[in-house]
Amino acid sequence: MTAPPVLDMHGIDKAFLGVPVLTSVDLRIERGEVHALVGENGAGKSTLMKILAGVHTADAGAIELGGRAVSFTHPLQAQQAGVATVFQEFNLLPELTVAENIHLGREPRTWHGVDRRAMAARTAKLLDDLGVEGLAPTAKVGSLSVAHQQITEIAKALSQGADLICMDEPTAALADAEVELLYRLVRRLRDRGVAVLYVSHRLREIFDLCDRITVLKDGKHVTTVDTADITPDELVTAMVGRRIESVFPERLQGTETGEVRLRVEGGGNAWIDAIDLEVRAGEIVGLAGLQGSGRTEIAEAVFGIAPFTRGTLSVDGTPMRITGPRKAIRAGLALVTEDRKAEGLALRQSVRANARMILDANPRVRSRRRLGRIPGLLSSLDLVSRGEDQEVQFLSGGNQQKVVVAKWLAAEPGVIVLDEPTRGIDVGAKHKLYSVIRQLAAEGLAVLLIASELIEVIGLADRIVVLHDGRIAGELPAGATEQEVMAYATGRRGAEAEPS
Amino acid sequence: MTRPDLSALTASIRRPGTTALIYLALAAVVLVSGVAVALEGKNLFATANLVDMFTRTSLTGFLAIGMTLVILCRSLDLSVGYTAALSSLVAATTMDGQVANLPLAIGAVLLVSGLIGAANGAIVAFLRVNPFIATLGTGLIIKGYLDTRYKGPAGDVPEAFRAFGYSRIGPVPVSTLVMLALAVAAIWFLRSSRTGHHMYAVGGDVDIARMSGIRTDRVLLTAHVLCGMCAGVAGLLLAARFGTGSAESYTNLYELDAIAAVVLGGTLLLGGRGGVAGTVAGVMILAVLDSVFNVLQIDPFAKDVLRGAVIIAAVALYARRQLDRTARRPRFPTAAAGRTR
Repeated sequence: MTAPPVLDMHGIDKAFLGVPVLTSVDLRIERGEVHALVGENGAGKSTLMKILAGVHTADAGAIELGGRAVSFTHPLQAQQAGVATVFQEFNLLPELTVAENIHLGREPRTWHGVDRRAMAARTAKLLDDLGVEGLAPTAKVGSLSVAHQQITEIAKALSQGADLICMDEPTAALADAEVELLYRLVRRLRDRGVAVLYVSHRLREIFDLCDRITVLKDGKHVTTVDTADITPDELVTAMVGRRIESVFPERLQGTETGEVRLRVEGGGNAWIDAIDLEVRAGEIVGLAGLQGSGRTEIAEAVFGIAPFTRGTLSVDGTPMRITGPRKAIRAGLALVTEDRKAEGLALRQSVRANARMILDANPRVRSRRRLGRIPGLLSSLDLVSRGEDQEVQFLSGGNQQKVVVAKWLAAEPGVIVLDEPTRGIDVGAKHKLYSVIRQLAAEGLAVLLIASELIEVIGLADRIVVLHDGRIAGELPAGATEQEVMAYATGRRGAEAEPS
Repeated sequence: MTRPDLSALTASIRRPGTTALIYLALAAVVLVSGVAVALEGKNLFATANLVDMFTRTSLTGFLAIGMTLVILCRSLDLSVGYTAALSSLVAATTMDGQVANLPLAIGAVLLVSGLIGAANGAIVAFLRVNPFIATLGTGLIIKGYLDTRYKGPAGDVPEAFRAFGYSRIGPVPVSTLVMLALAVAAIWFLRSSRTGHHMYAVGGDVDIARMSGIRTDRVLLTAHVLCGMCAGVAGLLLAARFGTGSAESYTNLYELDAIAAVVLGGTLLLGGRGGVAGTVAGVMILAVLDSVFNVLQIDPFAKDVLRGAVIIAAVALYARRQLDRTARRPRFPTAAAGRTR
């Protein structure tokens, strides 16, 4: 007689706007088990977890908790059913204390109101049971370290009677010593019979901590294995091991790698460190790395949004202090940001207004000639719109992205940084952008390309710089395999190889 | 539980709270004002001046206490000045000179003002109208009613109730004592009742509050009802002072004074942080300044300029503190701490 598993999801399908993200995915977690969910960026881990948390609802498939069929349409339902999720963005109120956050909505009372003493006592006992030291129940959450906030979140989940706690990249924001604390906490949870779903990219943690591993790839279930039965190399192969389709345009004839246009030496700030980077004219350099590895942070540092506080940066051989986007634009830099809608476009304004935006906002780069080039630029990008007066919010994602690219090219930059340029756009527009990127390199621009999709980086870049934990883990030539990139990105190989 | 209590103590010593700071500011304002007045050869602490100061606190105080509750919930109420004016009329006409009608009149005022608050709360919580617009709208509706229905003063307040407006114990008017009692009740409410405690959560992050099982709509509605009733009490005070109901009193824009006092008292306009203790200090700072301007006979223009400057400076100061706090924690401490080049 075996008890039913804590969680049994089977045949889960989910599509966003017709694009399947999960196809018939199964996930089974036993009581008191630490279960890893792994896969590349875009494999569908987050979507699966959000379905479990009640944030998204599956299109098809069944979820059973402890043998009982459930379906969630709201996060609160998942919580009440005993599934707690600790996202990377914590659901805590910084102005309240640890105890108040843990008991929010369920405060103990005496005849004269909220019983803070009981709240603090219960919290102290809870933290004590978890083996947590040095975290005062009466401390304000806003003043705590990330690790202590995370513990507060986990304690809150436990006090709500969670049988299953899902953790999304729990170590992404932790220092090494704090990771140990989390390990102890997770093991303590397991000993208490609580199951943990541990979503992580970091192989070392998975092999240190988890009992079983489920691998997702391209929204499909690949395998579920006991950790003891698999080696790290085999796991990486299971996660990637995909043929690169020959969809990427060839390097254009006559593209020559010229002088160094962008150089960073020893660059660092609060998020990244020891960044040495060179991009030459005519060169496409790919920045690869897992989520939170510092890819976007490098783009933001180069462009002055969150500038480097250490090291030097030079453009076309001239050292510069780029302290903001305005200076970056004057220096001939361009940044196509990750979030098109929030940072790339004024959605309610016309195609024309958006395409002119960089020129209009920066008198030093604005000229009659450059303004005159815009219509030609837009048509060379194959923009499909109902004219330049159409509001960009009504364009498709791909056409919106073309407007963003056009607005930057209008300023005739020497260096262009593309952060996830193909996110959320259709295949046709993707291919168009790929050839545009090649074309830019052929015209002598230095291109820094950031993409979560490894095949994009591998298919387009002349060189691949792989980041891990805010630092450069290694550099690979064009034609590297996904395994090689992942080996650096997961920290198994690299300058900072972890002690074992 | 000694351990948690101890660390809470050290935490409070390490960094003075905003409320402590605002009372220090109040003390500083009193001190500087006292000296400034003394240099002119007058005494700020003479009975007449003290009475003037305290009298100024009560009306704004009532309004600001209610306003604190809605602002803590990340809402706002621009209709309180109109609600107070209407309440003064309801009070005076219901009393109609008869002491026997007092309970009825007070009940009627609390009912009417509470209903206005409930309407505000319902519009904000259920129709999801921006509180600025919603309460501006209800305020205008009341104004329209007052303008057409009451051309002049109406009703008659019996002498017994006028005492609420004028009598005092020592230099402290009874109305100020009532205001302080209400403030104490509000402090208890926010600190110890579940609903009050949840106001901080609703204002802090409404999604997190809802995810924690708090019925956020009800909390918001409660805050608005209480705010409306506070405006009703302010209306009672207006009636007691004037001896009659006065529609015109809305022209004084009391709601802006109340908001200024709340913000001056350290309550975040974005909700989730602050409290009534700070608001009382904010009210007092404004009262002291007004009194001093009065004693020194500063010209009214300069007076408003100074008040405006004080409010802006205070909020700029809070914004700085807030910035410091968020800047202290980097997003990825791994790369910053622990590793050196």
